[in-house]
Amino acid sequence: MAIDWRPNAQIETLRERARLLSKVRAFFSQRDVLEVETPVLGQGGSTDVHLVSLATQARTDKGQRRLWLQTSPEFHMKRLVAAGSGPIFQLARSFRDGEVGSRHNIEFTMLEWYRPGFSLGELIDETATLVATLLPAFAGPVVHYRYRELFHTCLAIDPFTTSLDKLRALAAERGRMPTGVLVNEGRDTCLDLLMSMVIEPTLGQNELSVVTDYPASQAALARRHQDVDGEWVASRFELYLNGIELANGYHELTDAAEQRTRFSDDNAERRRLGLPEVDVDERLLAALEHGMPECAGVALGIDRLIQLALGKARLEDVLTFSTPNC
Amino acid sequence: MANYSTNEFKGGLKVMLDGDPCSIVENELVKPGKGQAFNRVKLRNLMTGRVGERTFKSGDSLEGADVMDLEMEYLYTDGDMWHFMKTDGSFEQYAVEKKALGDTIKWLKEQVPYTLTLWNDKAISVTPPNFIELEVVETDPGLKGDTAQGGSKPATLSSGAVVRVPLFINQGEVLKIDTRSGEYVSRA
Repeated sequence: MAIDWRPNAQIETLRERARLLSKVRAFFSQRDVLEVETPVLGQGGSTDVHLVSLATQARTDKGQRRLWLQTSPEFHMKRLVAAGSGPIFQLARSFRDGEVGSRHNIEFTMLEWYRPGFSLGELIDETATLVATLLPAFAGPVVHYRYRELFHTCLAIDPFTTSLDKLRALAAERGRMPTGVLVNEGRDTCLDLLMSMVIEPTLGQNELSVVTDYPASQAALARRHQDVDGEWVASRFELYLNGIELANGYHELTDAAEQRTRFSDDNAERRRLGLPEVDVDERLLAALEHGMPECAGVALGIDRLIQLALGKARLEDVLTFSTPNC
Repeated sequence: MANYSTNEFKGGLKVMLDGDPCSIVENELVKPGKGQAFNRVKLRNLMTGRVGERTFKSGDSLEGADVMDLEMEYLYTDGDMWHFMKTDGSFEQYAVEKKALGDTIKWLKEQVPYTLTLWNDKAISVTPPNFIELEVVETDPGLKGDTAQGGSKPATLSSGAVVRVPLFINQGEVLKIDTRSGEYVSRA
């Protein structure tokens, strides 16, 4: 059988892709946001329990070292912000093992930017403006939803107060999980399942949907605050278009001690689940210790946005060579 | 059988689900922005033929199903079971229950090769060839000269199937039929 060597994307699509990327650069250049390039490799990696990192071995000046392929450029970019870079953006190759599908590729391009002094609301506005710039044909409104409100509307439950038993039963039923699989799962897995299977497909239909006020347990690297109901929530947003998650933004955690606790909690959870631990990024922690300006930051899957802008069915249609074809 | 993890779920992979062998039709990774990843999987139940959707946590696994497709010729029925023989020269025979035959019962013809799906060495379904040639055993007399115009009539074939055929077809003629649609294709 002949080996298929051809690219996934048509050459014409690559021209369109290049045109969109130059629009991204123009957008940030007009706003005096500096383009940076940070390493793909790092001595620390993402401890996020739900991300699988790739790692490699390198002979460094300190001898043989395990280096982590970054799941996003977040840690290096935050070190730049802490060093006084001001606003920065990057189109960064990022790696997440096992993520393969019509909206996923193990190696992908993340558009990530950081805005010292911005509130989460200001960053949401800027993200929506960028999306509108890249999708001039899209004229829908930007609609804001709170996480709690989405669960009320779509599932008639309160994600914060519903009992775990009821959450498990509902998640198994609406998420089409084999019976009994969820008996040992916590609240977040059930909520993630309902969010992914039931709520997400309804988001971003003829509008840009912005979701905020996620449960505090899903804060990742965002701050936490009390919402209008007095519930502790994550200072985080997600942006959806056509049922596809496009961006995830934070009012960034700047507290080094809190950040260290979250990293070690992640690794403790990894041990509990029998997953490999990930080396904590001590340089990021040192940067936070030194002091990072208050800032908001967002990561946007630019391949997905290009896919939507060009009306392509699969992510690989806008990639030169998808992972199975690399 | 080996276990297969969600990232190995490819179209055509045979796995056990709720005690029945299933074939994976589609597998899509679904992930909220942050948090647990899931796989939304479409499976065809090989016992019932029905396609359903199930969700798995990424990384979960299912036991493989000992399912294989073999080509066999139809031999005869004793009224109770339908007998097929391997075409690999081994003369090995398999007896098939009526339930496993399903709709294929109306497309049976001796010495024609069928695809038998075996689970733990027992036939669970039989797929006919896409095209089969069968004789008309009963139909209204053909209308002479009417070879181009539309219009059709029912015809009973030697296998028992009833198909719509053009008006010019006569009893005793052999026709080529598409078994997937059950439609007349041409005279054989």
